[in-house]
Amino acid sequence: MIKSTKDLLKIKKKGLDNLYPDHPKIAVGMATCGLAAGARGVYDKLLQLAGKTKSKIEIGVTGCLGLCQAEPLVDVYIPQKGRVVYRSMTPKKAETLFKGVSKGEFPKGNALFYFTSDDFIQTGEKHKYPKKGIPTGIKSYEKYPFYSKQLKIALRNCGFIDPDSIEHYIARDGYFGIAKLLEEKRDPESIIEDVKKSGLRGRGGGGFPTGRKWASCRKAEGDHYIICNADEGDPGAYMDRSICEGDPHSIIEGMMIGAYAIGSKKGFIYVREEYPLAVKNLGIALEKAYKEGLLGKKIFGSDFEFDIQINRGAGAFVCGESTALMASLEGKIGEPRAKYIHTVEHGYKNQPSNLNNVETWNNVPTIMMRGADWFSSIGTPKSTGTKVFSLVGKVENSGLIEVPMGITLKEIVYDIGGGILSKKKFKSTQTGGPSGGCLPQDSLELSVDFDTLTKAGSMMGSGGLIVMDENTCMVDVARYFTNFLAEESCGRCIPCREGLFHMLNILNDICTGKGKMQHIDQLEELSKYIIDSSLCALGGSAPNPVASTLKYFRNEYIAHIKDKKCPGGVCKDLIEYSISDKCTGCTLCVKSCPVEGCITGVKDKLHSINKDICIKCGSCFEVCNFDAVVRK
Amino acid sequence: MTIDKKELLSTIKKITDKYKGIEGSLIHILQDIQTHYRYLPKDALIQVSGILHIPYSQIYAVATFYKMFSLKPKGKHLLRVCMGTACHVRGAPLLLDSLQRELKVKSGDTTEDGVFTLETVNCVGACSLAPIIRVDEDTHGRMKQARIPKVLKEYKK
Repeated sequence: MIKSTKDLLKIKKKGLDNLYPDHPKIAVGMATCGLAAGARGVYDKLLQLAGKTKSKIEIGVTGCLGLCQAEPLVDVYIPQKGRVVYRSMTPKKAETLFKGVSKGEFPKGNALFYFTSDDFIQTGEKHKYPKKGIPTGIKSYEKYPFYSKQLKIALRNCGFIDPDSIEHYIARDGYFGIAKLLEEKRDPESIIEDVKKSGLRGRGGGGFPTGRKWASCRKAEGDHYIICNADEGDPGAYMDRSICEGDPHSIIEGMMIGAYAIGSKKGFIYVREEYPLAVKNLGIALEKAYKEGLLGKKIFGSDFEFDIQINRGAGAFVCGESTALMASLEGKIGEPRAKYIHTVEHGYKNQPSNLNNVETWNNVPTIMMRGADWFSSIGTPKSTGTKVFSLVGKVENSGLIEVPMGITLKEIVYDIGGGILSKKKFKSTQTGGPSGGCLPQDSLELSVDFDTLTKAGSMMGSGGLIVMDENTCMVDVARYFTNFLAEESCGRCIPCREGLFHMLNILNDICTGKGKMQHIDQLEELSKYIIDSSLCALGGSAPNPVASTLKYFRNEYIAHIKDKKCPGGVCKDLIEYSISDKCTGCTLCVKSCPVEGCITGVKDKLHSINKDICIKCGSCFEVCNFDAVVRK
Repeated sequence: MTIDKKELLSTIKKITDKYKGIEGSLIHILQDIQTHYRYLPKDALIQVSGILHIPYSQIYAVATFYKMFSLKPKGKHLLRVCMGTACHVRGAPLLLDSLQRELKVKSGDTTEDGVFTLETVNCVGACSLAPIIRVDEDTHGRMKQARIPKVLKEYKK
């Protein structure tokens, strides 16, 4: 049982011994992205090898280091030598790696970068590594382009600790923030003042000042509830998944601080059912926190008591909206309600409820440890701190990044992301999920902060940043989001339910070559009605993808309508596949084609596609190694 | 698929007992039933209605509102194609078409042999490895149409 800072210090020592043991340690990144790339096989292989060998090598598990593109990532620590991260591991490559490590060496193959030190952001301390025997030709973490412009506050522990180990979290100064507040018997109001002063704004999309929300909730009378929104529904965004999977205790600690400041005894974590590993790791973390007496009654020997319960979502995007989420917590259908009655006064069970998202809660302990001034010195005056983005789509280095606010989109896409995949031409960045918008080339100079992105017609949103190249069709993207929202509309407000359906029909017509010029006016008119007459933010922002693509990529709509062409080469009815003279006659496409007799030719000679029977499945385009299949 | 009435009664009792006294536990209960039977049998919902004193209409509303619940029996393996934005721009729609051809079912339906139910999912959050398909709890990244038969084979055993 942990009852004081002194107890924490004891566990911290144990945790540090485990993080930096006196024998080599190989940790495999086992978050969902790692597992999707095959981390399980690598881990099992390493365990099997470690079981057979006489030299002591520990095999561990860790979260996601962010460079998901290069998963499975494996992190190797050798005492007196240092720490090196390896990319794209396979069970076979793991064998070579293990062989090297058992000789006390860092093998060269697949080495990605090395660490010069570990940053303990909670205290500002560093743990330095010796850097001996580092494979030649690899860069340090600080100089590695993907990481050099990043600053990790929210992702401070992801990929650095075993998420199931409370000792690791404490070793990196976890739970010291709440311990300090309780032991100093800090006035709750002064904590809220600190949060206000830090300038922290809601990371879930709205950007509402967190301190102000807490203050209103504290003031309201009734039984106060604390809610963590982990219903990360925006497609293309997975920051919260990574934090839940890789650093679940940081959410618990943040909620504890919020509960103490607001005066709440009960908290909920509402997490998506589509994230099974997040549910599992949060559950383990809660169990351990209870076991150590960090949750329940008399926390750190004080009168503060707090319980947390996990609720799994059931697959409804609209439940990410605060009022719908609270209805779902009550076991009802997730329909939003009007927001003039604030949830901080009348939320869950009509009681004062303070809801923040995962990343917001996770920032709180660091603010408590380092102070409001430290936090507000990072970022821009109105958008302080950092923001985690999932940099994905048609970008060379995709993954999770955390950057100080105020960085430009260009720095994100080109410096961190390494530019467009396969050297194609940039077309757009999409931020803000289905409520956001698509920004064109000249917006790359924009500063990434809450207000600038909103002004440009998109929004920060929860942090999905999808890069699109010349082979993306912007009308198809607008149709994609409209289809998404039409399916996810709860159906309560007719303009959202029916209006989106009509917009989708129009977009379908345009994408299939049946578009007319007046369709564009109709889309604009419908957008206006839906925005004006929907209760919640889902409807209120649903036309954004259409509005922003019409604003910046109108010529693509016109190409679909007038020329019956899809410039991105995506809309099936408006494109054709053919084979150019780059064809070597390797017959790979013939083997992949699901239609018999569609692709014909003699081996080692130019082949051709029978356009009359081609179903435009694109499998020939996908398999061709010579860029010989043309899609136009 | 027929369900033994006795088994159903005892299962529903066990599940509802687990949440006794907890307010707003309807969704938890339905989730447990869905996990147990891989769908929500009508008789189970009627039982829950009686035990919780919640009108059947309200239970039906919840059961049909959330995407995770199904009133139809599902196949042995749930195969979900991720339709997140990153997957979409990296070709998820073509992948779904291909699976529909391969399995001879439409999205939402179960194959004739009852092995696979094909569905779409909005985003599983492994966007860097797009496009993604998920079979039960296994996530397969960097999918290609050409890799589909190999993945399906793993689960046909």
